[in-house]
Amino acid sequence: MYWLHRYNRLVAAATLVLITAGGLVTSTGSGLAVPDWPNTYGYFMFAFPWSGMVGGILYEHGHRLIASVVGMLTIGLVAWLAASEPRRWVRRLGWIALAAVVVQGLLGGITVLYFLPPPVSISHAGLAQVFFALVVSLAIFTSAGWLARYYRTSDGERRIAADGILRALVIALPAAIYVQILIGAAMRHTGAGLAIPDFPLAFGRLIPPVWDAGIAIHFAHRVGAVIVTLVVLATAGHVLAHHGGRRELVRPAWLLIAVVVAQVTLGALTVLSARDVTINTAHVATGAVLFATAIVLGLRTHRDRFRDIAPVGAPAPERAQA
Amino acid sequence: MQHRTLWTLTTLLVFATAACGGGGDSDAPAAPAAPAAPAFDPATAGSVMGTITLDGTPPPAETIRMNSDPACVELATDAETEYYVVGGSGGLGNVFVYVKEGLEGRTFPAATGSVMLDQQGCRYTPHVFGVRVGQTITIRNSDATLHNIHATPLANAEFNMGQPIQGMEFERTFDSPEVMVPFKCDVHGWMNAYVGVLDHPYFAVTGDDGAFDISNLPPGDYVVEAWHEELGTQTQNVTVGEGGTAELSFTFSVG
Repeated sequence: MYWLHRYNRLVAAATLVLITAGGLVTSTGSGLAVPDWPNTYGYFMFAFPWSGMVGGILYEHGHRLIASVVGMLTIGLVAWLAASEPRRWVRRLGWIALAAVVVQGLLGGITVLYFLPPPVSISHAGLAQVFFALVVSLAIFTSAGWLARYYRTSDGERRIAADGILRALVIALPAAIYVQILIGAAMRHTGAGLAIPDFPLAFGRLIPPVWDAGIAIHFAHRVGAVIVTLVVLATAGHVLAHHGGRRELVRPAWLLIAVVVAQVTLGALTVLSARDVTINTAHVATGAVLFATAIVLGLRTHRDRFRDIAPVGAPAPERAQA
Repeated sequence: MQHRTLWTLTTLLVFATAACGGGGDSDAPAAPAAPAAPAFDPATAGSVMGTITLDGTPPPAETIRMNSDPACVELATDAETEYYVVGGSGGLGNVFVYVKEGLEGRTFPAATGSVMLDQQGCRYTPHVFGVRVGQTITIRNSDATLHNIHATPLANAEFNMGQPIQGMEFERTFDSPEVMVPFKCDVHGWMNAYVGVLDHPYFAVTGDDGAFDISNLPPGDYVVEAWHEELGTQTQNVTVGEGGTAELSFTFSVG
């Protein structure tokens, strides 16, 4: 299980690299730099010459290559889970992740062939985060801490289980972040990133004096940022105030605060820099990290709901019920 | 691992490999030929001539950073933006001038020959041009690097084609009038061009001196529009008498 967990972390890291590469594709406007799919300028994608990796092709074809690596890593993960994972629901989760990455690849191809229609591109961006959440969850489920119930005493476990506010917050947080990511994707794929050109005000006012679809999407993303930030602060603050001794909760709580500060800063800088490629891409990647951290905190908080709990120190449970 | 799982994974791998073998694009259908009958007595033809001038000082041209493709750095003979092409006397180039209204109900002989849009030195040549509905545009890659040609019309069908090999040519047509259809290269973000697609032959593109000449025009009252990629459009009414020449001047302001 140790090496399976390590491999799972590798898949999660590769997925974050893939999401970052996807952010680079959109930030550089390179989504159609390779007009065909699944081939690349008529070449079988793995046979495309490196000398052709120029301009926008570097980003788009690079994204496709990284996606292929992630796809193969996911197949390896499913195989490994099938071979050594005793919990049927974890094995099934692996299959769901594989299905997600296959659909994700098809969405990527469709969006290229149909000239980046926003609904398809937004779905591509949204499913990327779902896939990332799945592999991060699998990494959590295969971790030593999860299997050992984070070494909680019965009393400690009861204390977390009885904290209704925390349990609600850690479900609301990833949901809020995911909605915010979808709004951000809509903004990105409808070209509304600079629909409101100033920051922190909107056309010099708190509420935009003029409205169109782009301004509405952009403003919704700003409102979403405020909501997510408040929920992050509430969640992290609650963890630190009431569960300061639980390392598995405190660490993601601090990380959430740090990442949300970075993310809001990057969002502001994206507008102020008129969508600088590096900043804009970092905003996408940091959003994914924020989402993943919220998922981790949520799963650890709700650990007791997963009935595959083995005695402390046991290598792996025999049966599981989600 | 169970045999069933192994088989499923193998099938997925085979499927993924097979899926990588397809691809390709399709050619656009040829536009139907227009009626060849003359629309009016050529002896009565007049013309509209004039100049487009720029009032004010345009922003200086910027140097395009082409280092994302080393081949472009070597190939480029001109690496400056061409938003404002201004001649010595203030004439404004790259303005598309055309008859916007006044020709309704008339038909004209189909255009003969094709118009070349070349990718040379990682720039489009010409930058602004006009074609007739159904007229062939030959798109050529003269560069020793890859280009994609991505047309983003609103009234016509969008297309995006790759030209990875030097000397490759494709032909495309547009089926509906549209002013203007943008072209861009997504590989080299600085490359763009515009084509005006019309169902009549009365259009011109100004050179460095800003001059234009729309000739062989049937006598009548017209609305003439001048389009510039940064400065937008202006329209004027003009009357062309039998065998006459109407003078028309447009002034765009900047700064």
